[in-house]
Amino acid sequence: MYNYKLSKNKILKPTDIRDPEYFHKVVDCQYACPAHTPVPEYIRLIAAERYTEAYMINWESNVFPGVLGRTCDRPCEPACRRGRISDEEEPVAICRLKRVAADNKSEVKHLMPQIPEQKNGKKIALIGGGPASLTVARDLAPLGYEIHLYDEWPAGGGMMRTQIPAFRLPIEVLDEEVNYILNMGVHTHFNHYVSSMREILEKDYDAVFVGTGAPRGRDLKLPGREEADANVHIGIEFLASVAFEHLEKVGKKVIVLGGGNTAMDCCRTSRRLGGEDVKVVVRSPFKDMKASPWEIEDAQREDIPILNNMPPKEFVIEDGKLKGVLFGKVRAEYDENGRRKLIPTGEPDEFIACDDVMIAIGQDNAFPWIERDLGIEFGKWDLPVLDKVSFQSTLPKVFFGGDAAFGPENVITAVAHGHQAAISIHLFCQGDDVMNRPAPMTNLVSQKMGIHEWIYDSPVVDDTRFQVPHEDKVISLKDRKIEVELGFDEALGFKEAQRCLNCDVQTVFTTSSCIECDACMDVCPTSCITFTTNGEEEDLRARLSAPAENLSQSLYVSEALPTTRVMIKDEDVCLHCGLCAERCPTSAWDMQKYLYNVTKAEKCYQ
Amino acid sequence: MSYIKPTFRHPTLPKNKIGFAKADYEGKISTLCAGCGHDSISASIVQACYEMAVEPHKLAKLSGIGCSSKTPTYFLDNSHGFNSVHGRMPSVTTGAYMANRDLIYLGVSGDGDTASIGMGQFVHAIRRNLNMVYIVMNNGCYGLTKGQDSATADYGSISKAGSKNMFQAIDLAGMALELGATFVGRSFSGDKSQLVPMIKAAISHPGFAFLDVISPCVTFNNNNGSTKSYDFVREHIEATAAIDYVPPKAQISVAYAEGQSAEVKLHDGSSIHLSKLAPHWNPSDRNSAVNRLQAAKTKGEVLTGLLYIDPESQDLHELQNTVGTPLNQMGESELCPGNEALDSINSSFR
Ligand SMILES: Cc1cc2nc3c(=O)[nH]c(=O)nc-3n(C[C@H](O)[C@H](O)[C@H](O)COP(=O)(O)OP(=O)(O)OC[C@H]3O[C@@H](n4cnc5c(N)ncnc54)[C@H](O)[C@@H]3O)c2cc1C
Ligand SMILES: Cc1ncc(C[n+]2csc(CCOP(=O)(O)OP(=O)(O)O)c2C)c(N)n1
Ligand code: SF4
Ligand code: SF4
Ligand code: SF4
Ligand SMILES: [Mg+2]
Repeated sequence: MYNYKLSKNKILKPTDIRDPEYFHKVVDCQYACPAHTPVPEYIRLIAAERYTEAYMINWESNVFPGVLGRTCDRPCEPACRRGRISDEEEPVAICRLKRVAADNKSEVKHLMPQIPEQKNGKKIALIGGGPASLTVARDLAPLGYEIHLYDEWPAGGGMMRTQIPAFRLPIEVLDEEVNYILNMGVHTHFNHYVSSMREILEKDYDAVFVGTGAPRGRDLKLPGREEADANVHIGIEFLASVAFEHLEKVGKKVIVLGGGNTAMDCCRTSRRLGGEDVKVVVRSPFKDMKASPWEIEDAQREDIPILNNMPPKEFVIEDGKLKGVLFGKVRAEYDENGRRKLIPTGEPDEFIACDDVMIAIGQDNAFPWIERDLGIEFGKWDLPVLDKVSFQSTLPKVFFGGDAAFGPENVITAVAHGHQAAISIHLFCQGDDVMNRPAPMTNLVSQKMGIHEWIYDSPVVDDTRFQVPHEDKVISLKDRKIEVELGFDEALGFKEAQRCLNCDVQTVFTTSSCIECDACMDVCPTSCITFTTNGEEEDLRARLSAPAENLSQSLYVSEALPTTRVMIKDEDVCLHCGLCAERCPTSAWDMQKYLYNVTKAEKCYQ
Repeated sequence: MSYIKPTFRHPTLPKNKIGFAKADYEGKISTLCAGCGHDSISASIVQACYEMAVEPHKLAKLSGIGCSSKTPTYFLDNSHGFNSVHGRMPSVTTGAYMANRDLIYLGVSGDGDTASIGMGQFVHAIRRNLNMVYIVMNNGCYGLTKGQDSATADYGSISKAGSKNMFQAIDLAGMALELGATFVGRSFSGDKSQLVPMIKAAISHPGFAFLDVISPCVTFNNNNGSTKSYDFVREHIEATAAIDYVPPKAQISVAYAEGQSAEVKLHDGSSIHLSKLAPHWNPSDRNSAVNRLQAAKTKGEVLTGLLYIDPESQDLHELQNTVGTPLNQMGESELCPGNEALDSINSSFR
């Protein structure tokens, strides 16, 4: 987080733009991405039809562009500046643009790192074959490490394979990106459940990475649960059985309990395996559902009703078989701290008949295979005690990442952890302090081309967000392997890419050049710039050209100008249109592209 | 170069009391040189009209020829406009004003457009006390034709090419005072805190309101030795008073020191509060204004602020006792009452 440095009398100090985090924070999407993918850079490459380069920028940062371009939780999008410049605007479709790069790229193998024949003599064990472990492998294999990857399933990918349904993520897309890594000479031990950490530690590994995810689905112990067992499924177990084709059919009437993304995947999968009357029932209000809005929409589009404020009470059994579920009726009340209480409404309970029930109410971590006397400490929720930066456990040679580290998150977080853990493992194996981490790579380059021309497309288009076309519902519901989203074609991809505001093209101010003509302040469409007397931040924020109410956004403060005033720019709704720099007679403003790359293991000894 | 301004505006910007945002008073993106003082004056006009909640369709902007006269394209896109020929803005405004007294007339001119080719028109508009705001964007040169010295260039001012101006400057504000203008002020494009209230007061004034606004030409007259450059003006600027425009019915929030302040009530119920910086100066005494201006000139100061105002001003329609209804709202029979009416008028002169 960028902090204002306040002097004694609280007047804002000039912004230190050499702090790599200052401009990084201005690139809202990149800053919000756990792996800090240089988003606007790849979006511009897509607009320029340079898909392969766009793909490689992604691959360097997030390792699974094809997978993530379809399934990412997209924390970047709520952060996207475009979404806050007017009430009608929505974020740029950052995630689905990533898919455009993946769909249209040409051969990329030769652009990926070479794997040295000569190894460096260090051996690493990766437990679990999900995105976290695969990222560690991707970063360490090119450095000459001998990598051994263990997973209980017959193929790599972890939950990307076992959980994310094929109608959201085609298996070929996953295979391609998993294989880029496995083909780096990784020794795979599939169908191998590691049942003892002690055994692993007794082998000659120099370091061990635990990327085993959060593999235990929560159960719901209600009356009738045992008798109904044949027709009650734990959501994530159900999805894994479907993925490996152990289960191909469900009953006609299905109830899914839970309001998260797993519930959405369970209900939509059920619709494709014979479920005709599939309902999602959540115990709390609709608006409190944890599932992403777009996943809820996709489920509703497939004629799946979502009933809310109905906590399940009992699995109703008849003749020793599941007959349906009995639900209570509640309403939600919130106290002044926003804490929710579900209060029974007094209405009669409701019985809903069904053939099958899926329980999708959450996952937990489980480390039954890690003996507790190895020096690996566990803390709250039975999660390992870790250093938040290095991911090192209390046993120095053991590192954790992904869902196994701090509880269930998502693929991109697992990747981000993997990159950081790889740095730690590399430093550790070279006998260095794991906290001795290199700084991020940054680069700031003027975009000037001629007098008032920019290298980037500075005009701001008015288009609202384009929708990704979908496969016909009748067709997609027939076969669970038919992908629902068709993706943007090149033309739509171009149009959506043009919505990006190029937030990485920074407005850079040089105090000594400014003649205080006010031109920049006058032309700025969104009233970002003010020339005024300096003051305390709170006071200043209130008296700028437009009040700077978004406290999460920085103020860019110049040194004192000849009239003793300062230039203050509120970064909040800057459109990066370049008009300030175009109207500046002295080039005191310049538009400069800021590239910020998170350090990778390969940068450690360069 | 960008030729369209993005349509997005700051999402929390307020609206004025007739429901318009500041953006509703903007114009096309400027094609003047980057950093031109004229653009700051345009921005001040936008700000003043927004704050006064001027109804855009109740304002007409008129201009002559020059960079300055191009600016009406860059503000008040929803208002009426007439870009006339060089120096002829006053006569076109006179015609428009005689036909329709209900509009606010905002004339924009340059020092070349006014002090040279348009001088003959300028002086008569003053004499007639036309109810208009007359802004001269004064850069001491002919910007549009590549920076020749204008008639307002100070004696001894050095041009960009290095030559010294050998002629005496016409002081347009002094001239306006001499010719009986009922509102005279001078300001600087780089001082919006002064310029915006001055424009508002000028709009409220019922008569000829003249504003001589020094406006550096960054391209041809912002060099060392020029007396119209940003640096020179900032170093030599003085003000008669700090000015505050108080709209009708508004509470006065500023406290004024005894003896240092003056309040001028305007016809529309608004008022101007002046926190005086200059002794021996009274804004409603023409002589003291002339003296103050002369004193500043002798000292080499650039005197800005309100110089003179006659709150009792009577404009041309009142002086002529002409019809109150705009001509475009009258019927044919009223406008053209026929031969009989003409005959009776003629016979009244016999
Ligand atoms: C239904 C569902 C849908 C999801 N959809 C999305 C989505 O659309 N987008 C998104 O970003 N995230 C999604 N997630 C979350 C995402 O899949 C995980 O956050 C991510 O896969 C975690 O990666 P990881 O590398 O930490 O572990 P995982 O992907 O969980 O991989 C861990 C692997 O280790 C194996 N393993 C565990 N213990 C052992 C052991 N002792 N020995 C050997 N192998 C072991 C596991 O079987 C698994 O294969 C979804 C999760 C679920 C449950
Ligand atoms: C009748 C006529 N004579 C001469 C010109 C050439 N001309 C165009 S603009 C200009 C001077 C403009 O100077 P000023 O009014 O100060 O405007 P500025 O460009 O400095 O703002 C002249 C002489 C003309 N357009 N028309
Ligand atoms: S780039 Fe400059 S002109 Fe454009 S919105 Fe940002 S600050 Fe304003
Ligand atoms: S346009 Fe340039 S010179 Fe003018 S005030 Fe802005 S930064 Fe300063
Ligand atoms: S030439 Fe001078 S007056 Fe004309 S636009 Fe350029 S700076 Fe302004
Ligand atoms: Mg001029």
